[in-house]
Amino acid sequence: MNANIRTKIRKIVTFVEETHTEMGRKVDPPTRRAAAVAVIENPYAGQYVDDLSELMTIGEELGELLTQRAVAALGIEGPSAESYGKAAAVGENGELEHAAAILHPKLGTPVRRVLGKGAALIPSSKKRGGLGVFLDIPLGHKDAAFVRSHFDGMEVRISDAPRANEIMVAIAVTDSGRPLARVGGLTKEQIKGEDGLR
Amino acid sequence: MPEVQIRKRVLLVEEIFHEGGPVASKPLRRAAALVVIRNPYAGGYVEKIDDFMDDLKPLGLEMARSLVAALGGDPKVVEGYGKGGIVGAAGEIEHGALWHVPGGYAMRDVLGGAKAIVASTKKVGGPGARLDIPVTHINASYVRSHFDAMEVGIADAPRADEILLALVMTTGARVHARVGGLKASEIKGEDGLR
Repeated sequence: MNANIRTKIRKIVTFVEETHTEMGRKVDPPTRRAAAVAVIENPYAGQYVDDLSELMTIGEELGELLTQRAVAALGIEGPSAESYGKAAAVGENGELEHAAAILHPKLGTPVRRVLGKGAALIPSSKKRGGLGVFLDIPLGHKDAAFVRSHFDGMEVRISDAPRANEIMVAIAVTDSGRPLARVGGLTKEQIKGEDGLR
Repeated sequence: MPEVQIRKRVLLVEEIFHEGGPVASKPLRRAAALVVIRNPYAGGYVEKIDDFMDDLKPLGLEMARSLVAALGGDPKVVEGYGKGGIVGAAGEIEHGALWHVPGGYAMRDVLGGAKAIVASTKKVGGPGARLDIPVTHINASYVRSHFDAMEVGIADAPRADEILLALVMTTGARVHARVGGLKASEIKGEDGLR
């Protein structure tokens, strides 16, 4: 782990999913996606604080750490990643705005640095919840948000998190779209990759 | 003999740095390998099912090796293990019992002859069902610091005609273990218990 990380991490969980068949039909090569999830202490739990800059810095650190973990879990180089997403769940003593402070101002830059590119918006979701809450991380192609085969979501859950004073922060990365994608739309071969949309 | 048909695999790795107490010098790591296979006996009562245990052996070995790899590649770091299964709605609990031999012996083989029985649990459940897999020390079941459990599950599995198979390995004691009992350093290692 990065030695200078200021975040107080209680645990990190990584998930890797490979889908080999759907409805008896082979998925070849298997679609793969990974999520890295950190459970951290919420420095602002239990109080209203106006300036959320500490959480923004934490978001920057986690953006790098969790993206590296997710890519390593897939065993690929960053630029081979195809889609991504992020999400956070705030424990009951925090506010939704704490999740926003982690996810939105500074987390994206290091994610894109690790992945080489990332012209598209990183899709996100957030919620407040108790231990074992489910996070559905939205997924979209990293260079062109309209690639229809890569619209997806990955569910993650940690049974003992977030505690009341904690925040769960998740980054998901894939090297593929949905298994057996066949509803048309923009394909990854057609990406121009200029505006992050197409 | 029925073929083992894999729909998906999931690998979970947890690194636990602390749980409100002192930060561990070496974080506890726990890994779970989950595989969703088609249940060849779903939908009706089949009397003779035990051949399928042999068919599952290669899968067990592959899962056990993937856990060692996920924990860094050295089997010597593994100190705890457990196993479990969730049978989809069109199957019976006895189908889950098919996993005891191939799952357990695979881990013992890969770990170089671990002595303790592999703690296990199983149930029949729907997609998203969660399973708390019991974990105990690989050489002495009574080591109190290593009594643990890891919760696993997959949102879209098992479907009715599937079985979710799970193996778990861990690298040590609970992160703040301090309730006494037999210690890992006191293991005799003869009977798998103490």
